[in-house]
Amino acid sequence: MLLLTCPCCGAEADETELQPGGAAHLTRVGPGAPDEAFESYLFHRENPRGVHIERWRHAHGCGKWFHAARCTRTLEVFGTYPAQITAPPQPIRDAIAAKHPGWAWKEGK
Amino acid sequence: MSDPVSALNGAAYDGVVRVEELGLRGMITLRGDHASVAVKNAATGVAGVDFPDALACDTVGERGLAWMSPDELLVLVPYAEADRAVAAMQAELAGTHSLVVNVSDARAMFRISGPAAREVLAKLCPVDLSPGAFGPGDFRRTRAAQVPVAFWMQADDAFALICFRSVAGYVFDLLKTAARPGGEIGYFPAGA
Ligand SMILES: [Zn+2]
Repeated sequence: MLLLTCPCCGAEADETELQPGGAAHLTRVGPGAPDEAFESYLFHRENPRGVHIERWRHAHGCGKWFHAARCTRTLEVFGTYPAQITAPPQPIRDAIAAKHPGWAWKEGK
Repeated sequence: MSDPVSALNGAAYDGVVRVEELGLRGMITLRGDHASVAVKNAATGVAGVDFPDALACDTVGERGLAWMSPDELLVLVPYAEADRAVAAMQAELAGTHSLVVNVSDARAMFRISGPAAREVLAKLCPVDLSPGAFGPGDFRRTRAAQVPVAFWMQADDAFALICFRSVAGYVFDLLKTAARPGGEIGYFPAGA
């Protein structure tokens, strides 16, 4: 069972109250981008066994979107943060690095 | 004009708890910036209660304010006053970015009361309902089995629950099933 604390309302939300939104912090390429970049933006996703940064919506609650960092293997949650932030905040990176030495955030995925 | 009737016309069930549909209740959605003085004044002026904290609600009788999201409140008033309350809030919020809608007829409200009330809701909703985690005045939007609901604790052994009118029959059936005699679990301390 996955429990995420919604940073918008503070409720501890069960997975069944949440709507998954896939990988977070994708680079939205514009209409002038080459086909390869557009294809990558639309279709190419990492599917890690381990640390994953995702978008979730508190659908059966306050209705807001937010970000969450978790491990897909253990379901350990490293933290949640508002949707308006464009990269994982330092405390969340530190929490991940403490459990996964060598993990580093890659900008501009 | 036709006589309004509530979704289940006051249906009730006595099991390990009492489940009642509460009939017609005034419910108004108010969306706006909670930090705005105009929004605060409009809501508290009509409801006559204090502005609620996050995940909380403040009710006195049929009046109250419930914290629905960082930019949404549920304003509770007697059914007959809802249209007047909407007009009063819209007048007060003229010029303020906001939305006020009478949703009374789109919703149903239930009361679940009895020492096992926590247990009955805990069977249906993925919410920590232990006495240390949820108490009187706490408010939570969640789901009951397959549909969205919201509930708050009125007293130590009573909850009010709202759902969409279209699923009132489904929610009543769920509550009745969870409250059927023989299904007691006794997980929470009695009377807590
Ligand atoms: Zn939330």
